[in-house]
Amino acid sequence: MMTNSILRRRRNELVAGVLVLIILAVLPLPIRDVYTQNLIILTILYAGLSQAWNILGGYCGQISLGHGLYFGIGAYVSTMLFVSAGIPPTIGMFAAGIVGAVAALLVGWPCFRLSGHYYAIATVVVGEIGYLLFLNWDFVGAATGLYVPFHGENWAALQFRTSKLPFHYVVLAFAALTWIVAWVIEGSRWGYSWRAVRDDVTAARSLAVRVFPSKMAAAAISGFFTAIGGAIYAQYVGYIDPDSVLASSFSVLIALPAVLGGVGTLWGPLVGAIVLIPTSELTRSYMGGAGGIDLMIYGGLIVVIALARPTGLVSLLGIRKQVGGANAAPT
Amino acid sequence: MPPLLEVQNVSKSFGGVAANVDISFDVAAGEILGLIGPNGAGKTSLFNSISGEVSPDRGEIRLEGRRISGTGPLVCARAGIARTFQVVRSFDSMTVRENVMVGAFSRTNRAREAMAEAERVLDVAGLSARADHAAYSLTPPEKRRLEIARALATRPRILLLDEMLTGLTPTEAQSGVQLIRDVRDQGVTVIMVEHVMEILLPLIDRAVVLNLGRVLTQGLPKDLVRDPAVIRAYLGDKYAG
Amino acid sequence: MTLDTVLQVALSGLLMGLIYALVAAGLSLIFGLMDIVNFAHGELLMLAMYATVLLNAATGLDPLLQLPVVAVGMFVLGVLIYRCLIGRALGVQFNRGMVQIFVTFGLAIFIRGAAQLAFGGDFRSVNVSWLGNKTVHFGGVYVPLPQLAASLVCLVAFAALLGISRTEFGRALEATREDRDAVALIGIDRDRIFALGWGLGAAAVGIAGTMLATFYYVSPTVGANFALIAYVTVALGGFGSMTGALVAGVLIGEVEAVTAQVLEPSLKQVGMFAIYLVVLMVRPRGLFGKI
Repeated sequence: MMTNSILRRRRNELVAGVLVLIILAVLPLPIRDVYTQNLIILTILYAGLSQAWNILGGYCGQISLGHGLYFGIGAYVSTMLFVSAGIPPTIGMFAAGIVGAVAALLVGWPCFRLSGHYYAIATVVVGEIGYLLFLNWDFVGAATGLYVPFHGENWAALQFRTSKLPFHYVVLAFAALTWIVAWVIEGSRWGYSWRAVRDDVTAARSLAVRVFPSKMAAAAISGFFTAIGGAIYAQYVGYIDPDSVLASSFSVLIALPAVLGGVGTLWGPLVGAIVLIPTSELTRSYMGGAGGIDLMIYGGLIVVIALARPTGLVSLLGIRKQVGGANAAPT
Repeated sequence: MPPLLEVQNVSKSFGGVAANVDISFDVAAGEILGLIGPNGAGKTSLFNSISGEVSPDRGEIRLEGRRISGTGPLVCARAGIARTFQVVRSFDSMTVRENVMVGAFSRTNRAREAMAEAERVLDVAGLSARADHAAYSLTPPEKRRLEIARALATRPRILLLDEMLTGLTPTEAQSGVQLIRDVRDQGVTVIMVEHVMEILLPLIDRAVVLNLGRVLTQGLPKDLVRDPAVIRAYLGDKYAG
Repeated sequence: MTLDTVLQVALSGLLMGLIYALVAAGLSLIFGLMDIVNFAHGELLMLAMYATVLLNAATGLDPLLQLPVVAVGMFVLGVLIYRCLIGRALGVQFNRGMVQIFVTFGLAIFIRGAAQLAFGGDFRSVNVSWLGNKTVHFGGVYVPLPQLAASLVCLVAFAALLGISRTEFGRALEATREDRDAVALIGIDRDRIFALGWGLGAAAVGIAGTMLATFYYVSPTVGANFALIAYVTVALGGFGSMTGALVAGVLIGEVEAVTAQVLEPSLKQVGMFAIYLVVLMVRPRGLFGKI
């Protein structure tokens, strides 16, 4: 018999994944409080977004600080399709995903020639350019932004006003999808190539790993799901403008759960989101009035986790001792 | 039948400094060839040309008659050139088994096949017991074995070993030597750069001696150790006198 | 466009560019030394600006006289940040690159929050200064004195930074940059050099902040914009290169001034971002970066 630790581990992860999915599906049922419902929805949405980031930033090790661009593009594409062509966001979000993937490829094509910090800074700048362009682009509402028209309670447009529950299942489906994509990738040739590129690009090349196509594939998948997340977010909040979906701080918000939860791991984004999103929302709600304390707690938390758990919070749970290489980032 | 690998008039300079000058030699299938010479003789630079990491300025390198020089590491690896590195380069976020699977995936898209191949080469390299340990937790000699296993998983025709025995204790080096013989017995031709002459000379079939970027001489180990030019250029300090 | 307009645009670009250059120099120094991008750099600038405004309000002294105080204070803060946070971030075994990025990010958010708590969200500015709102005229070109003084101070600070690189300490910095591990063998305390490097980098951004405060409003979020420009400057000039920071800073100041003149002011950053991306396509490690 071939004892295979990898297959065994992957099967266990899948079982755990199904269990977590069941828990998250049941979780909102007893909750009547809208604030808490909203908190859970945001947490799950960020877990999905961060998993999408994790595909490029974690598994492939390309620390993108410009993912807000794909998020914003997704939000704008689906909203514009809805507003001006009447295409419902359930279809529009896939168009948004495709545009997001193409954008990620267009950004990746020049930027993947840059290494380490040069890449990270370039992604910041590209994101900022996107922000400025949308801010001045009258066709998409410029600084005024876009309102998503309400067409009555319906699933096609993902519009629900009487209850937040349907939206809970929309974001849960999104997060579950990104999780399963990451799970499939982890066990595939791509996943191995990406991690090899992250850990040591020279060694990867000597083993016939196609470095540039690997990065591009990771970017496309990552951009696709980030944009879908943006489309969902736009439907959830009902109003978008450059500051709410394209600000550079968004790029960091998307990356943070994966980074602090455990970069390049299946559970890192969810664990990170569970810690970060409620912290940030609760401190803002209860201490935001005092001005600044919420940011201090949030910033301090980031510093403490990054220093105390460099491999992420998942290492506390002992789920999988995933270790990021010393080279796992800019060199 | 042409030799397995032909190095013909290869020259390469870096920023005006000549690393290799007009280097030519052949490698026959199934042999263990030693590439020796003092520090700065151009051994690693030549390795980088053969593995495709750098393109020679002049000259050609052919594998079974097909030019591989200047085609890049990807084509060279596909064609059957595998290598280890002077400073070990393991994928530290992965287990030993996963490291090896990266190599195996160069020949298959199927995870099951890559796993089976990893199983096989881990056994050859004597790392089966460590398969599920994190790569970073290996001892230095184990890491060198890991590099060999990973390279073997690409099913190479030729394996380039860059100072794989340097810095090991005599016992570790002896088991390294045995591993290299096993690799050759599997039908893989070996070219090795090495400093530890006492271990290298009994192991290799033939040696090419480089000095100051040029081929000083080539031949059987037993003849080379008596060659005054070699003794002067390289073995000088240790053996001459 | 008249000649005067051209000169005016060129001059205001140059004056701003020299400030950008000094902000970038601090960032570049830290990066070159230990391969860390300080994402809290803009917040250090913001703190220096607040220090200037508050000192000015409390003592009525001109910002120029406060320069040494702010510079020393920022130096100490830089050393403290290294000792408390960055030194630890360098010591982690895994994910080192990522930990460094996000530790400085967290620090930036923390400092921003602290500033909001302490100073509120309002814009503030220096009230009393010798140079405030004064201008000099050269023909048809008018030069605001605060900007002129600021850029001159930045030039002097830059010269001082270059001067330091020629001293014993500068050589130790250089050696540490070349080979972090080997310097221990020749008796250089790596940690000490790194801490001093952070001190110097923070002092540089402190000087820039003081001068900037003489003609620019201060708020808890003022750093973000300048930091973005600093990252672009450093990447354009080449991480770790002082000359690169100077050249790229001036270049960016000029491009910004020209774009604001030719396009609309709200798009003034698009030009500099475009130049930066084009240069990086041709030279992935910037104008003066080591290939």
